[in-house]
Amino acid sequence: MDSDNPFPPPSSRRHRRAPKWADFTFLLLTGWGAVLVLALLVALFVGFYIGSQTAIHQLGFRFLTNTVWLAATDNPVLPGNVYGVEPVLVGTLLTSALALLLAIPLSMGAAIFLTQQAPLSIRGPVGQLIELLAAIPSVIYGFWGLIVLVPIMRANIEPALASGLYWTGWFSGTPTGLDVLTASVVLAVMVIPTITAISRDSMAAVPVSQKEAAISLGATDWEVTRNAVLPYARGGVFAGIILGLGRAMGETMAVTMVIGNPSYLTPYPTSLFSQYQTIASLLATRFAEYSSPLELSSLIEAGLVLLLITLAINVVARGVLSRFQRGRGVGRE
Amino acid sequence: MSLGLHTRRRLFSHTMTLLSGLAVVVILVPLVAVIYEAAVQGSSAFSWTFLTQRPPIACTPHLGVSCALGGVYTPFEGTLILVGLASLVAIPIGIGAAIFTVEYAKERRIARVISTTADVLSGLPSILAGVFVFSLMFQYDKPLVYSTIAGSLALSVLMIPIVVRTCEEALRTVPESVREAALALGIPRWKIATRIVLVAALPGVVTGAMLSVARAAGESAPILLTIGDGCFHPLEGVTQQGCALALWIFIGATNNAYQNWDRLAWGAALLLILIILAISLTSRFSLNRLVRRMKGGP
Amino acid sequence: MNTDAGSVKLAIDHLSAYYGTVRGVEDVSLRIPPQQVTAIIGPSGCGKSTLIRCLNRLHETLPGARVEGQVLLDGENLYDLDPTLVRRRVGMVFQKPNPFATMSIYGNVSAPLRFNSRMPREEMDRIVVQSLKRAALWDEVRDRTDAPATSLSGGQQQRLCIARSLAADPEVLLMDEPCSALDPIATAKIEELIAQLKKDYTVVIVTHNMQQAARVADSTAFMYLGKLVEFGPTEQLFERPRERLTEAYITGRFG
Repeated sequence: MDSDNPFPPPSSRRHRRAPKWADFTFLLLTGWGAVLVLALLVALFVGFYIGSQTAIHQLGFRFLTNTVWLAATDNPVLPGNVYGVEPVLVGTLLTSALALLLAIPLSMGAAIFLTQQAPLSIRGPVGQLIELLAAIPSVIYGFWGLIVLVPIMRANIEPALASGLYWTGWFSGTPTGLDVLTASVVLAVMVIPTITAISRDSMAAVPVSQKEAAISLGATDWEVTRNAVLPYARGGVFAGIILGLGRAMGETMAVTMVIGNPSYLTPYPTSLFSQYQTIASLLATRFAEYSSPLELSSLIEAGLVLLLITLAINVVARGVLSRFQRGRGVGRE
Repeated sequence: MSLGLHTRRRLFSHTMTLLSGLAVVVILVPLVAVIYEAAVQGSSAFSWTFLTQRPPIACTPHLGVSCALGGVYTPFEGTLILVGLASLVAIPIGIGAAIFTVEYAKERRIARVISTTADVLSGLPSILAGVFVFSLMFQYDKPLVYSTIAGSLALSVLMIPIVVRTCEEALRTVPESVREAALALGIPRWKIATRIVLVAALPGVVTGAMLSVARAAGESAPILLTIGDGCFHPLEGVTQQGCALALWIFIGATNNAYQNWDRLAWGAALLLILIILAISLTSRFSLNRLVRRMKGGP
Repeated sequence: MNTDAGSVKLAIDHLSAYYGTVRGVEDVSLRIPPQQVTAIIGPSGCGKSTLIRCLNRLHETLPGARVEGQVLLDGENLYDLDPTLVRRRVGMVFQKPNPFATMSIYGNVSAPLRFNSRMPREEMDRIVVQSLKRAALWDEVRDRTDAPATSLSGGQQQRLCIARSLAADPEVLLMDEPCSALDPIATAKIEELIAQLKKDYTVVIVTHNMQQAARVADSTAFMYLGKLVEFGPTEQLFERPRERLTEAYITGRFG
């Protein structure tokens, strides 16, 4: 059946090659993409470091300890320009910690419910709805927070908290709604999807055998969760929480719009009702109107502090997460 | 005695179940609230003029004077240009880096370095991208400090890690047997990477790219610092100051004494949410359709 | 064994292959005759798959893999040539059929034509039909060449892969345990096919199934622990093996 041989005779073998440069060029092109990614990380550090130089030279370590952020022109008492990152650093840490305090129980509760108890049909859709939370831009959260949440806080929630919990000393001052507490609430809302998603994945990856072992010992639903699922998923959940912390610290717009941004900050917030700032909100508000090269450089140095903290948190979280996933064979990250 | 204990344990378990279900509800409250608010307030601003007119000057309504509502044409146009430029830069770089990692670097150490770098970069606070680009422009190209170009550069910084990670994941789902089969046919490496592997992974790659675009459309912090103040007159060019929907929301929100700005901002918020939803949904639909078409279906 | 250059298609010359520091093939020299079927048999881990992958330079694509020695195709050392070109002259069919899942039957067979050359559609059509005929698949798919490749059965997919390799117009066809993943009927079809293929191609087949080697191969090589133990006409190797080891393997005392 080979009477018609469509193949060209051996002498004109089609094995002539496209010029070799095609392979090499492509390797070069994609390699450049990879190089740029690496260079971006390096450039970030270098850029921030260089931009901070003026402040580092003029302020030195005092930058970390100074408790005011004032240009000389605004400041009749202290000599010269004084910029210190300590208050905003405290603001960042405090609001993030509070946000986590609110978010963790809710996220874990939701994750537990969605992986253990919820009827199968709603698990997917509800999970997607929670992820939809993450898709809404933070500026819209800030907007909503400003228009809707702040009045509620001011008129209802904060007075109630003040009357019930004034003895703790954290609820002093007149509630305005634009304060650390509201900012923490908004942050919690934004961080919940992250923690929930990772916790869900980690809990869903617990082998059925672990749960069956607990059930066969007569454990209740909750006891199964507490003794079989949670310990197994511990690493993943922990990593999710740390990642959430990183996100909370870096969040800008929503926080800026509800935290108050007073022109003068106390070394630490005296109450949850205090107007305050975070590093992110400081950058958002002062960057457009910096008064001097020193202030600009100080702003950049504050950014460097934030950069180092969030990147470190990220590295730790991903390290924990990858070790957890490798050991447990979990799916998506 | 043991019966009492058992009942208590069960009661406790039921309570915990209730609480965790409640947690889900509590979590969804802000989502519903935000979307509701945006839908109600925003839709009242929707109209043909809303999309075609520029933001108006600020005006506080008082006796005898009503304020023109104006529109969000400038911010809308600005967002399109901004995100378009950023995508032009970020998506090729991201896909290139992902192809390099999966097809060339393979299991070598450099592959993990690139992956980890992209992972770390994806945790970058968005405002720092703005600070970074600002100081870059400040040092090297002063005129561009407040410009659309600067804004889109800041957005690319945020988009690249997303594209790299999602693309990498998509490329890795293509089984090694495909590459082996193609190699054994004497097909050059670069053709395998583009015309065979990339095509097979296309749905995932497209989804990843769309994800990064949706994220960029919603970002306001980085452009706050880099784009300047161009919302009130026609956009003059990418080297000039510009505007964006996300930025306008911020401006309108923080100056909400001006009634028309307030409503416009809600309209912009609703528009932005719709845009992001549209991008997410079409990327998911196109994913399914692409997969079906390539498997030889309709 | 005829060492006359004219009747040697592939001359393997002191070939050693490494995975990092582990040596999978040790100093193998073998002369593969043209237009014949040569089988390579041996127990698991004896290096036969590694060896065959050195013949189309696929082994070296693994990170850390290394090859020493020469492989001469019609006198030319494959390791001096462009690997991509080598693979067009020496094709390979794998153990698990691997058609491109996202392409149709036509798309699969025409893949080497579309990616390796610019060919008018008419010419491509003719080669695709011819390749499918030579792979004994044409009659079964002639009216649905646009159907996805994944709609074929396992045996058909393997013949599709063979057709695809043939479309690339190779001189040598390597087959790495091509029937292990198939049922006996599909296996029989492919063995029939191999008997036809050797008229136009030099076939080298790796198999863990001795009976298969006895059925299809003209010459057989027996490998053990990376070394070539014995090579000769199939009948002679099976009925009058020269080495003790060969005899032990054939009589089933190990492997």
